[in-house]
Amino acid sequence: MLRLEGIGKHFGGVVATDRVSLEVRQGEVHALIGPNGAGKTTLVGLISGALAADGGGIFFEEKNITGMKQHDRVRSGLARSYQITSIFRKFSVLDNLALAVQARSGSSFSFWRPLEKETALFEEASSILGEIGLQEKKNHVAATLAHGEQRALEVGLALATQPKLVLLDEPMAGMGPEESRRMIELIERIRAGVTVLLVEHDMDAVFRLADRISVMVDGRVIATDSPEKIRANPEVRKAYLGDELAA
Amino acid sequence: MKRNIFLLLVSVLFPLVMLAADQLFYVSFASRVMIYAIAATSLNLVLGYGGMISFGHAAFVGTGAYVGSILVAEGVTSAFIGWPAAIAVSALAAWIIGALSLRTRGVYFIMITLAFAQMMFYLVNSMKAYGGDEGLTLRQRPSLIVDLGGEVAFYYVVLAILASTIFFLYRLMRSRFGRVVIAIRENEARAEAVGFPVFRYKLACFVIAGAVAGLAGALLASHGKYVNPNVLHWVQSGTLMIMVILGGVGRLWGGVLGAAMLLGLEHLISDYPIAWLASIAPNYQQHANLGVGLVMLAIVLFAPQGVAGLLARRKHAQA
Repeated sequence: MLRLEGIGKHFGGVVATDRVSLEVRQGEVHALIGPNGAGKTTLVGLISGALAADGGGIFFEEKNITGMKQHDRVRSGLARSYQITSIFRKFSVLDNLALAVQARSGSSFSFWRPLEKETALFEEASSILGEIGLQEKKNHVAATLAHGEQRALEVGLALATQPKLVLLDEPMAGMGPEESRRMIELIERIRAGVTVLLVEHDMDAVFRLADRISVMVDGRVIATDSPEKIRANPEVRKAYLGDELAA
Repeated sequence: MKRNIFLLLVSVLFPLVMLAADQLFYVSFASRVMIYAIAATSLNLVLGYGGMISFGHAAFVGTGAYVGSILVAEGVTSAFIGWPAAIAVSALAAWIIGALSLRTRGVYFIMITLAFAQMMFYLVNSMKAYGGDEGLTLRQRPSLIVDLGGEVAFYYVVLAILASTIFFLYRLMRSRFGRVVIAIRENEARAEAVGFPVFRYKLACFVIAGAVAGLAGALLASHGKYVNPNVLHWVQSGTLMIMVILGGVGRLWGGVLGAAMLLGLEHLISDYPIAWLASIAPNYQQHANLGVGLVMLAIVLFAPQGVAGLLARRKHAQA
């Protein structure tokens, strides 16, 4: 579904991703793990189109999207969420989601007709509200939500664009165990309809959710395999998993 | 709604009262305030709603003023041609300037819009055929079915245009487009990430504002029957910005309130001498900006949402 061929990106002299090749298969939850600074978020930026690659190719459903603008990638079904929560803080929860629905439903170069009259937008936004478990907060201003709720909305914004492939950048960042559990349940619910590339530090979550895992170290993908094989891979253990699995 | 109808009623009756009191100056002054209100409202669309800090809005006011005036000078005295032409050329200018400057952000955007406006300032300065730095005096105001030479007729035309502008902004900001523009102001990266072509929306917003500013410029030149390059000077851009900040950034009535306050204040300071102040500072009336500056300081410190924000807060507290 998604194929990266030798994607490189450097910031000045710092190589963030070094000729990364990776394949995400249709329908899978593909986890991307690696120590801090390995280049995971940069890679999400490159795939989503927020960053331009220095070299290599990105193919989405066999189409070369390397030079495609971010908003066009979203329209063709490739959406992302952010590691650092990025929502419309002054909008209500429902308005946040309705905006994302609006982005993909027709042109928004409409200057006169009031938005409130577009009930279809808000109905669809409401259904996503249910999916991410924020029905009761629908009229709350996003900035007033608890951290875990903001994280759920963050993922909801990506889902509201009806992606075929969603890039979740550390959805569980800063979450307590209860919130993490709910996020895992959410991902388990959505995986039926959407392919997931999951960047995550929470190893419990990764090994529970992932069909396959890629390990990134120093800007390179050093291994891609099933969770069992990744767990057993000596190189991976040395580079990254070591202490956590030993504990 | 009630308040708006009341406001409209007062505005409609105002020139009749002034006519009866033989105070035609104030009808003309009110027209001027309303023209600035239109210009400031258009800037508020970019600055307040769109979050694009344009420091070159006078370029579009000036373009409209010059296009309108040049047409009158060349014998095209119908406002039905002159004003739409002013709108069209200003929109085109905004499209070109916007397409280039909206690729930058923050301080760079402020600087590049300022630079474009100053370029145009020097351009009209050098247009010797149309007065150069001395400006262009018009023999008459353009006509719009009726003759607009009279202050009362002109007042009503400006009032109608201002009312339409406010209503247009009101509808615009409740439309799909308006929602996207506000979303971009709130979080540009995320707006792009949910699938909006952010650049196109910002440019459209910039062009709409430029077009409205162009109309205000044409009205301004018609009103004074005179235009000079200072209408494009950066001080003019700053004045419009001050109006928006005084009135209320991103508030429907911000431009109107700001224009009324700033011009009203200037008028008060320069035309109504205060004896005790004049005795200690004889020239103070020539420095009206000092008074404006103090009010500005008070607003920024105590009412960062401008006067419109202050009024909204009071209404809220009463409810």
